[in-house]
Amino acid sequence: MSESFFHLWTYLAATPLLGLTLTLIAYMIGDAAYRASGRKPYVSPVLIAIIVLGTLLLATGTPYRTYFEGAQFVHFLLGPATVALGVPLWRNRHEVKRAALPILAGVAAGSITAVVSTVVIARALGASEQTVLSMAPKSVTTPIAMGIAEKLGGLPAIAAIMVLVTGVSGAMMGRYVLNAVGVRDWRARGLAVGTAAHGQGTAVALTANETAGVFASIALGLNGVLTALLVPLLLQLLR
Amino acid sequence: MLVAFTLLLGFQLAGEVIVGLTGWPLPGPVLGMLFLVAFLTVRGAVPDALDKLSAALLQHLLLLFVPAGVGVIVYAALLAREWFAVLVALFVSTIATIAVTGLVAQALLKRQARNTLVSPLPEGEG
Repeated sequence: MSESFFHLWTYLAATPLLGLTLTLIAYMIGDAAYRASGRKPYVSPVLIAIIVLGTLLLATGTPYRTYFEGAQFVHFLLGPATVALGVPLWRNRHEVKRAALPILAGVAAGSITAVVSTVVIARALGASEQTVLSMAPKSVTTPIAMGIAEKLGGLPAIAAIMVLVTGVSGAMMGRYVLNAVGVRDWRARGLAVGTAAHGQGTAVALTANETAGVFASIALGLNGVLTALLVPLLLQLLR
Repeated sequence: MLVAFTLLLGFQLAGEVIVGLTGWPLPGPVLGMLFLVAFLTVRGAVPDALDKLSAALLQHLLLLFVPAGVGVIVYAALLAREWFAVLVALFVSTIATIAVTGLVAQALLKRQARNTLVSPLPEGEG
């Protein structure tokens, strides 16, 4: 029985069907837990799905590459979904235009804070220089962060991990941090999570309030560009 | 729906091509998002199918981060010796970034609102 199950698993694990189906099921489990908690941000459906799937892969000895053959179909949709952010952005274009200066200043302040605080804290706690360089662009969206890390002499794969952990934690903590420091304006709240936690921050902002989601998606794009421009300069200063 | 999906992919492709040719520090999809905004500006309205498709994609945006996230568990061993420094730096920096961005933006938005409220106020009111 267990042997035939093993054979079946190895057969199915080699097709994209299993990885894809398991990804959807794991996310639905996470989403059900999130709803059952009364939509508490710290019950992260992404984190739950990652733990469920990671445990499953480790327990069955399935290589990540095999899993990703199926899961890549979900992963691929990140591109068109990012383009689709243009729809709410266009709907709110007048509000965005009016707030151009606060948007630019807020995101610039956040970009500098993200890079400087990461580098200073990680160095002080004894992280290796390669890890520090891979962490510096942690608040920007994955493709930009990997490119920046590579140019600096860090490891793009490690940079991708930092981006993901930052995204999960920013999405979980954002609401509490903003409430604690008294930021109530939905535009400012969106900018904050979009700057600090890129796509995941944007996703959470979108579920809370459309205006917040729009401002988060602007911050996501703007912070990517600003960080790419600022990081080499900031690292020079922090030498 | 098919036309709408082709539109999204087309703008993404255009973004990737331009980023590839120019080397701009911007991901292709983000540039594609700006192209979509330009397209909607010219068109003046959101086509119904595009509206439905984008709403469906954005409703489950978080799901799309799961496959890459599973990789973190697999590669976490790379950071075995440094995980404490890494996690502390990531958490503290993320909290600081959220607070600074939110406070700076809110302060400027408030000032802007005060200025636009004060100047165009008609005489004799308030």
